Amino acid sequence: MAGANHLVRFENVGMRYGDEPEVLRDITFHLGPGSYHFLTGPSGAGKTSLLRLMYLAHQPSRGSVSIFNHDVASTPRDELPDLRRRIGVVFQNFRLLDHLSALDNVALPLRIAGARRDTIQEHVAELLTWVGLGEYLDAQPRTLSDGEKQRVAIARAVISRPRLLLADEPTGSVDGEQGSRILHLFEELNKIGTTVVLATHDRTIIERYKHPVLHIEQGTLSVRRNVAKGGK
Amino acid sequence: MFARCVDLAPGWDGASRFLPWIIALMVYLSGLALSATMVLEQIIDRWRAGLQGSITVVVDPFVGSADAQTDARVEAALSVILATPGVLSATPMAKADVAGLVEPWLGKDLLSMDLPIPRLIDVALNRNGDADLAGLAERLGTAVPGSRIEDHKVWLQKVLRLARTSELIAILIVVLIALAAAATVVFATRTGLAVQRDVIEVLHLIGARDAYIARQFQGKAVFPALWGGTIGLLLAGITVAVLWLLARDLEGSLLPTVRLHPPFLAGLAALPLAGAAIASITARVTVMRFLARML
Ligand SMILES: Nc1ncnc2c1ncn2[C@@H]1O[C@H](COP(=O)(O)OP(=O)(O)O)[C@@H](O)[C@H]1O
Ligand SMILES: [Mg+2]
Repeated sequence: MAGANHLVRFENVGMRYGDEPEVLRDITFHLGPGSYHFLTGPSGAGKTSLLRLMYLAHQPSRGSVSIFNHDVASTPRDELPDLRRRIGVVFQNFRLLDHLSALDNVALPLRIAGARRDTIQEHVAELLTWVGLGEYLDAQPRTLSDGEKQRVAIARAVISRPRLLLADEPTGSVDGEQGSRILHLFEELNKIGTTVVLATHDRTIIERYKHPVLHIEQGTLSVRRNVAKGGK
Repeated sequence: MFARCVDLAPGWDGASRFLPWIIALMVYLSGLALSATMVLEQIIDRWRAGLQGSITVVVDPFVGSADAQTDARVEAALSVILATPGVLSATPMAKADVAGLVEPWLGKDLLSMDLPIPRLIDVALNRNGDADLAGLAERLGTAVPGSRIEDHKVWLQKVLRLARTSELIAILIVVLIALAAAATVVFATRTGLAVQRDVIEVLHLIGARDAYIARQFQGKAVFPALWGGTIGLLLAGITVAVLWLLARDLEGSLLPTVRLHPPFLAGLAALPLAGAAIASITARVTVMRFLARML
């Protein structure tokens, strides 16, 4: 393990909610820096649960999780925020703060990290314009459509240039053209070194981009090379 | 408004509706207690200064005895007193002077009936206050039966104890109200934490530190506390001013002219800040404890 440079490393990880039976069992895999993986599996298989472990929302019930070469269980609690600031998350149900404008939602990671007010304003407006929400900077999330909310959530996840980007079905609520734009953004971020994990059950996406697949079924994970039909 | 207080949704404020009023009550009572303490201290100081270095020895005449007999007993008392270490001088008051002291109460007619009037001896003690009063009382008792020391000190000590007890009770009441204020903040903050659990989790996952989240709750607690405290201070000021005017109207009142010392005024002005500090610290501790249980 020493010397091995992994952004994410799971060893025999199990996970459960409360006292319920484990939803994930014996999960072992690692993600190298700059990699791009799809995370697939039937609904309820545990994709969101696996991502929760990766973005440090949940403790594994056994095994070890390490992120950026930090073993999560033995990392002091007050060092977790620093790890989390290097992870961008697109939550499945967006999890926007309802009382904040689109602009303030996207600005949140920068503000929390203590960035300057004027640079925040500039960067955020630019990014929101890029995802096609330039008209909606001051809109409250509840006035936005699901597709628009999803784009705000994506902007919030990438605004602080995370090293690890975790996206939970980020194209589920947008139309084909917006979906392509988002996927293109993720490709670009990956090219400049961002490690990406994208949970989806959209076969067309998986077949279009030939990234390796983490497949979860019945709580266990297998890693598959993505050899799409007709691919190279 | 603090721009930093924006992340939490409004809405948990309902639980803290009573906070300003509890802080107002706390500051109001603290203000009154502080004022009363200041007045008491000044009165006691003045009494103590007036009484320091002197006592009075009383020689009661025996019923039916002649003046000459009483004079002799006063002489005997004088010699015992002057032989006591720490005594600077002893001056018997003339019978006429004593009569003059009691005349307003008894009237000339009664006095002329040759009532037995006690004789008073003014005794000056040295400044160190090391005069052996207990020994003096014992020797007076054996040498001159029917004489006694009018002990201001004992009386003063009782008054002092009463004053200190009142102060303690005032402090206790203020502490209890402060605890009630803190409990209100704890309750309001816990409600807020429960209501906003989801928002707090998102903030956490985006990389917010506990202190960042705590600061937002602190901001929500500090402002109601500050304006509640200011109202309490104003009401206390009005109450004290009214009492002051009433006391001044009492002719020949016991209250000496009380001066407003700067430390006292600073203490009063600090009361709303103390209320805000209690609110802020309580909110912080509550949030930090709650968050420590989250990953
Ligand atoms: N908060 C929760 N409490 C209890 N069980 C949960 C919770 N979230 C998900 N589960 C259960 O965990 C399993 C995996 O869910 P999830 O990770 O959301 O799957 P997916 O994202 O692949 O659809 C499901 O059986 C689901 O019912
Ligand atoms: Mg899911």
